[in-house]
Amino acid sequence: MSTTSVASPGHAETGSSMSVGDFVRTYVFSLDHKIIGLQFLFSTLLWFLVGGLLALGIRWQLAWPWETMPVIGPMLFSGGASASNMGGQISPEFYTMLFTMHATVMIFLVIIPILAGAFGNYLIPLMIGADDMAFPTLNMLSYWFMWPAFICFGASFFVAGNGAASGWTSYPPLSSVPEAAPSSGDAQTLWLLAVTSVGIASMLGSVNYMTTIIQMRAPGMTMFRLPMTIWAMFITALLQAFALPVLTSAGVMQLADRLVGTGFFVPEGLIVNNSEPASGGGQPLLWQHLFWFYSHPAVYIMILPAMGMVSDIISCFSRKPIFGYKPMVYAICGIAGLGFIVWGHHMFVSGMNPFLGMTFMTATMFIALPSAVKTFNWLGTIWGGKLQFTTPMLFALSFVSMFVIGGLSGIFMAATPVDIFIHDTYFIVAHFHYVLFAGTAMAVFGSIYFWFPKMFGRLMNERWGKVHFFFTFLFLNGTFYPMHILGAVGFPRRLADPYHYQTFAHLQPMNQFMTICAIGMVSVQVIFAVNFFYSIFFGPAVGRNPWNANSLEWCAPSPPGHGNFDFQPIVYRGPYEYGSPEVDTDYYPQWQAPPEATETAAEPS
Amino acid sequence: MGHRVWSLLFLSVPIWGIGSIVWAIADLPGMERHWLPANINDYGQVIDSLFNFILYLTGAIFIGTGLVQFWFLWKYDAQSNDEPIKFVHGNHALELIWSLLPAVTLLFISFVQLNAWADQKMRRPILSAGPDGVEGTADDILKPPLVEVTGRQFEWRYRYAGKDGVIGTRDDVHGVSELVLPMDEDVVLAIKSEDVLHSFFLPNLRVKQDVVPGMKQFVWFRANQAGIYDIVCAELCGWGHYKMRGLLRVVPSQEDFDQWLQTAYEAQELKSYTPDEEAE
Repeated sequence: MSTTSVASPGHAETGSSMSVGDFVRTYVFSLDHKIIGLQFLFSTLLWFLVGGLLALGIRWQLAWPWETMPVIGPMLFSGGASASNMGGQISPEFYTMLFTMHATVMIFLVIIPILAGAFGNYLIPLMIGADDMAFPTLNMLSYWFMWPAFICFGASFFVAGNGAASGWTSYPPLSSVPEAAPSSGDAQTLWLLAVTSVGIASMLGSVNYMTTIIQMRAPGMTMFRLPMTIWAMFITALLQAFALPVLTSAGVMQLADRLVGTGFFVPEGLIVNNSEPASGGGQPLLWQHLFWFYSHPAVYIMILPAMGMVSDIISCFSRKPIFGYKPMVYAICGIAGLGFIVWGHHMFVSGMNPFLGMTFMTATMFIALPSAVKTFNWLGTIWGGKLQFTTPMLFALSFVSMFVIGGLSGIFMAATPVDIFIHDTYFIVAHFHYVLFAGTAMAVFGSIYFWFPKMFGRLMNERWGKVHFFFTFLFLNGTFYPMHILGAVGFPRRLADPYHYQTFAHLQPMNQFMTICAIGMVSVQVIFAVNFFYSIFFGPAVGRNPWNANSLEWCAPSPPGHGNFDFQPIVYRGPYEYGSPEVDTDYYPQWQAPPEATETAAEPS
Repeated sequence: MGHRVWSLLFLSVPIWGIGSIVWAIADLPGMERHWLPANINDYGQVIDSLFNFILYLTGAIFIGTGLVQFWFLWKYDAQSNDEPIKFVHGNHALELIWSLLPAVTLLFISFVQLNAWADQKMRRPILSAGPDGVEGTADDILKPPLVEVTGRQFEWRYRYAGKDGVIGTRDDVHGVSELVLPMDEDVVLAIKSEDVLHSFFLPNLRVKQDVVPGMKQFVWFRANQAGIYDIVCAELCGWGHYKMRGLLRVVPSQEDFDQWLQTAYEAQELKSYTPDEEAE
């Protein structure tokens, strides 16, 4: 996987005279936050493709269970030599692996690293006016610690069981007793090692982001002049720093249960698949508490940066200040704070003390409050603006529209009695895909179109961008919206063949419709891929500020060289002064000195 | 494409969204039985009511925000909007309104749920009020479980209390896969697992409880319609998770149930050792 060779066309002319050592230092083990950001971007986009193909496998089985996949089915499952490969069919073991690895790849190798790793790395120093991260070596390590994860996840496909298959939540005893399932052996061990490694990578990143944002802002860049993207990245880094160690420790505990015979998660006296687990005296619910103590905040790690970037894009293309800057900041803080005390809502029917369910329900309900505040403020921002329907703007607007759906369906689940019925059904699957795909992934697409000119000095094609948006938008709703309806029937998640239940037998046609939409959705990403790679080399070259935006990254060259800025930016105002009456242009960049020099050049932070 | 097309695309979200749900609820052709399955549990009705209450509330907000977004996109397009932008940075009163209103609503939703939650998971049916004669106190005599349900990879096993009403005695009746229960009776089930996590899910009774090895859980309900219903495993339990199906047969009366239990007991005793043989 060559993640770096195409990453930096801006430096291409110096390549010929470079020694191998220089090349490695510049593009492979680079200390430059921009190169590291692009390394993250290319790696995660590649894994995005892998995760999407795994999803198509799931969709195929749900639409046409036990039927041979055209073309690739016989290639994947030829012969019938092993028990899991039967005449081109997807076996139940394989199906279980598919949804486990789809979620694992999408969460740990795509969404979290593309937001924090790619955009966090690329944008934080540029948007605060710093020349690099506070700790460049740590920053480099945060990318290279992803590689053990890539390798371990990748290798888990090729050991016994062909990939971990106890769900991305990896609940013991299924995950921790090797006899419990074909894939609970080495595949699960590799899965745990990979998650631990991802944890270390994120940890290194988050320490760096916090320090950089606190310590390295340009003169005049007060905390309340930071763009929303940076606020979101800052709060995300806090979440990562305080929640992640819990998952990492839990992962190590499960590894110990499996490898050295401790008994954290497996109770006494079990007979699993006709064998007795070696250890005992543990409690399966302990894992669930530890896992969700990280993984619920992780849900916000996966949405807050997207919210920040969407805020910046919407304000820029509304040509209007963002509505309610401070309430937006407080809402992010509110979401993050509440995010730490709501993990139990994943466990309403787990057997946890029902009294706890009541407090977790009330806390969870209140997460909807800052989310609502954000939505209303986005609507307030487009109100009375001069909207430009560019590709990034369309993606950002769709984020708002889709986030409303994902947010509102969350209220059903927060309500404990209703959750009894919809827990572990497709209602949940609908909810998190509306937040994570229709929300975050759409915001990521928008952000790529938006910051592409800064990254590569060229524009992506607008017309094809809009085609990409239009079909992605249609197909994603066709794929994910019917999941609400399935969920209302009680259609359970994670079943290789739900249709032998009389309650669900008649739902196959709807699943076929969804699968066709899913195939369409993955296919149209080809348009994006072609546009992306073509534009890196042949897109129209642009100057420093193609969108007439206000924030600091747009005063650096496109793409910025090492050290980012060719002059010391001084910040005079917030990043959202679009249409200010003080100037004739419809934007008023943060770095532009006020007309009269009487105003002091902003207090140092 | 012009801004009008994009505005209409965003308008189509609430239209299709609400439309398809109305279609499903109305049971119209193409979407028959695509909504909540029939509820046959006296205690499950409240869950459906709460579901519908949240559905109407969130549906209204969905339509409201969708229309507002559509209208702003339609009206404030850069090419057709000649007016200068509204140069404002926010509005304190508005922020207060749209913080307090949702806060009150959410608090209300969450308080409305509490009683139903307690009924489902905390207030197990009782036999009598206990020595102090007051129901709802700690010394209430709880109704004992009628059946002990055990999940294992990949089947449900049942152990009926038998004539003496106690599980774990010699007159227990054992069964696999099909669970038989009486109609119009408060039924308490004790559920446990002997290997990994499972979840005991009765879609038609709005009952779901994860089964955790090392713990014993109780569920209760009151079926009000005879028939055969699905028992679904709703927590991933391994490669055969999908086939861990059970059937619930609700018989019309307690007498029918007693009669079935007696027949099952006799059939079981014929097949197994007599006590005398066992002693030898």
